[in-house]
Amino acid sequence: MLLTELRKGDRGTIRRIDADPELKHRLHSFGIIPGETLEVKGCSLARQTMEIDVDGTLIALRKEEAEKIDVEKEEHSALIKGE
Amino acid sequence: MQTEKIRVALVGQPNVGKSSLINAISNAHLHVGNFAGVTVDISEVETRYCDPQGCQEYDITIVDLPGTYSLNDYSMEEKVTKDFLLKEEYDLIVNVVDSTHLQRNLLLTAELLELGRKMVVALNMIDEARQEGIEIDGEQLSVILGVPVVPVSAKTKEGIESLKKEIVTVYKKPQTESKIVYSDYIEEEIDRLVLFFAERNYPSEIPYRHLAIRLLKEDTEIYKKMHDEPIWIELLPLLREALDHIYLHSGKKNIQEIFADEHFAFAKGAKMEVMSTKSMRAKSLTQKIDNLLINKYLGIPIFLFLMWALFQLTFSLGQYPMDWIQAGFDWLADQTRLLLGDTQLASVIADGILGGVGAVVSFLPNIIILFFGIALLETTGYMSRVSFLLDGFFHKFGLHGKSFVPLVTGFGCTVPAYMAARTLKSRTDRLITLFILGFFSCSARIPVYVLFAGAFFGAEHAGSILFLIYITGALFGLMAAKFLRVFIFKGEDDPFVMEMPKYRWPSLKLIYHVVYGQSADYLRKAGSFILLASVLIWFASNYPKHPEIEQQFQTKIERAASPAQKAALEGKLQEKLLEESYLGQVGKATQPFFAPLGFDWKLGVALEAGLAAKEVVVSTLGVLYSLGDTVDAAANSLQAQLKKHVSLPVALAFIVFVMLYVPCFAAMAVFKQETGSWLYLLYLFVGTTGVAWVFSFLTYNLVKLMV
Repeated sequence: MLLTELRKGDRGTIRRIDADPELKHRLHSFGIIPGETLEVKGCSLARQTMEIDVDGTLIALRKEEAEKIDVEKEEHSALIKGE
Repeated sequence: MQTEKIRVALVGQPNVGKSSLINAISNAHLHVGNFAGVTVDISEVETRYCDPQGCQEYDITIVDLPGTYSLNDYSMEEKVTKDFLLKEEYDLIVNVVDSTHLQRNLLLTAELLELGRKMVVALNMIDEARQEGIEIDGEQLSVILGVPVVPVSAKTKEGIESLKKEIVTVYKKPQTESKIVYSDYIEEEIDRLVLFFAERNYPSEIPYRHLAIRLLKEDTEIYKKMHDEPIWIELLPLLREALDHIYLHSGKKNIQEIFADEHFAFAKGAKMEVMSTKSMRAKSLTQKIDNLLINKYLGIPIFLFLMWALFQLTFSLGQYPMDWIQAGFDWLADQTRLLLGDTQLASVIADGILGGVGAVVSFLPNIIILFFGIALLETTGYMSRVSFLLDGFFHKFGLHGKSFVPLVTGFGCTVPAYMAARTLKSRTDRLITLFILGFFSCSARIPVYVLFAGAFFGAEHAGSILFLIYITGALFGLMAAKFLRVFIFKGEDDPFVMEMPKYRWPSLKLIYHVVYGQSADYLRKAGSFILLASVLIWFASNYPKHPEIEQQFQTKIERAASPAQKAALEGKLQEKLLEESYLGQVGKATQPFFAPLGFDWKLGVALEAGLAAKEVVVSTLGVLYSLGDTVDAAANSLQAQLKKHVSLPVALAFIVFVMLYVPCFAAMAVFKQETGSWLYLLYLFVGTTGVAWVFSFLTYNLVKLMV
């Protein structure tokens, strides 16, 4: 599923990044790499931008970029966190 | 013994505390102009190290390069860093690493190691890492990287001396021993190339291993260099074969991506080996603050409140020292008049210099408070949250969330703001941001706003009025951005990917340096440029002399029946003389342009003089309205004078004009430099003046109808 489909508190594993090499490299240098796990920390109004945590780094992404990241959701993660 | 010079390139990702580290290293000689990855100018600092062995002295020059996430051409800042590392002269690299984000930082370290230069890694914020329960084995990391690793803390000064010592030690070494170990299939190809060079005894400036890696990475520079050498014919098939092998093994066709994966594996492996996490403490604090500050609904109201509070504080707190400074300058002017009598010299000093410069200096407290506030928001990490909050909104107007940093810098001064726009990656985003920056009122305009707001709305409302002015200006900016995006600069959107740094306590030292630097700049401007402009305007308003008019009035004044009549005549005389002066002539000539806005020639002249610098608007008004009114002591203040001579609709129209037209000559020069186009500068000038005129006209006429 797409990163944009995750809600606040959801965790997931990055599967694939479907972007041009430049953006890919950028995401890469922030640690956004297939195989890594991430957690959605928050979204702005209308879900225009979202904040994710990858290996302790907080990263802000716009909807357009988040759509390019394919993730596998960790089930019930939101429940465990009690949200 | 002679001192040796060492040139160090300081490289690190943004938000790793590079500036603080520089501060900590070179206590004595400080000229740091860089903070939080905003400016792109390269600054240098010097420090001295005395090697106890043989008492050799070293002068270490540290070149502070802009923070960069990787050696890429992603943004202009990153390009600056990359170009420097590849092309400039330096002895070694100091790579500053954030100990609390080791893995991500090691990605850049891996790229730096590939450069094949001498290097020292500074594990910064080691104290913070310990507090967070992170333990890092520096020695083990040093073994893995093949370069010295020094744990340091800019805050507690820990490890600073060892860092200097290591710099010298590494400097004395003939070559670097840096290494990254790649996957086996890549190592095989590297070995093959190294052997190829070794067999032929190929003369190379860098170690064969690095040469091989750069060739495999398809480094254009190396290709260009080796292309014309005879060895190239033999090398090429080998290289092609090597790349084919690598493609086959990795299942990928993009060599940059393959190496990126390698770096990641390297960084992750290194981290796993040297780092152990005991607990997860401090991280949750940032989380808690973020839950509030970037809350979906509360985030923006909180931001607006903070900005409003800042402006309120700027004005209310700044009022007291401002009054003292003004009183001080008035006293000086009076003393000058007493001492020198009614002479031209007294006039030029009291009315020209003290009047003009005093008006400008008195706004220093306001400016210090504003810069302090902006620096505070910047160093705590709040600014990136604001970019996050505003990106959705900005994006609708064709701007980028990151445009926020230059825009808010623009509230301080438009010149650094233009330069801060370099963080924007796409040219379209940059140009739009550059064009609308002028609408975000710089601090130099504060004096004008304060003057008029205070005169017409009273000091107690001035803070709110100021806030309103800023918001209106910002709205104009957003509208203009939308207009430019839709009609002029169409183009691809820039991706928004941004790190949100941890919240930190602001470093008072850093804030002090920023505020001090900005304030000193302001005063320097007051002392030089504005001083000159004040004298010039004084001259233009006092010359040419018209003895016949003076004669004529003098006789009238002598014949006047009452003191009131006398004073009135004296006032008339001054006005007449001003009108006939050079300044009056210029004002008269351009009056038709300003007449529809309700401005008299004095206001027109003030605006024209304001092209030099916005502070000059106030000093000009000061000269124009203070001249010849020494009689009426009660109404001596400029505010009172304005209230007497200018109506409310005109005052508002004047504020609107000041809010919207070009900031100053300096800003125009930088705009030209940043856009690289005279034509764009012309557009900017004509465009903003046109907008200013139209809205000034509307304000004047609408308010006139209402009042």
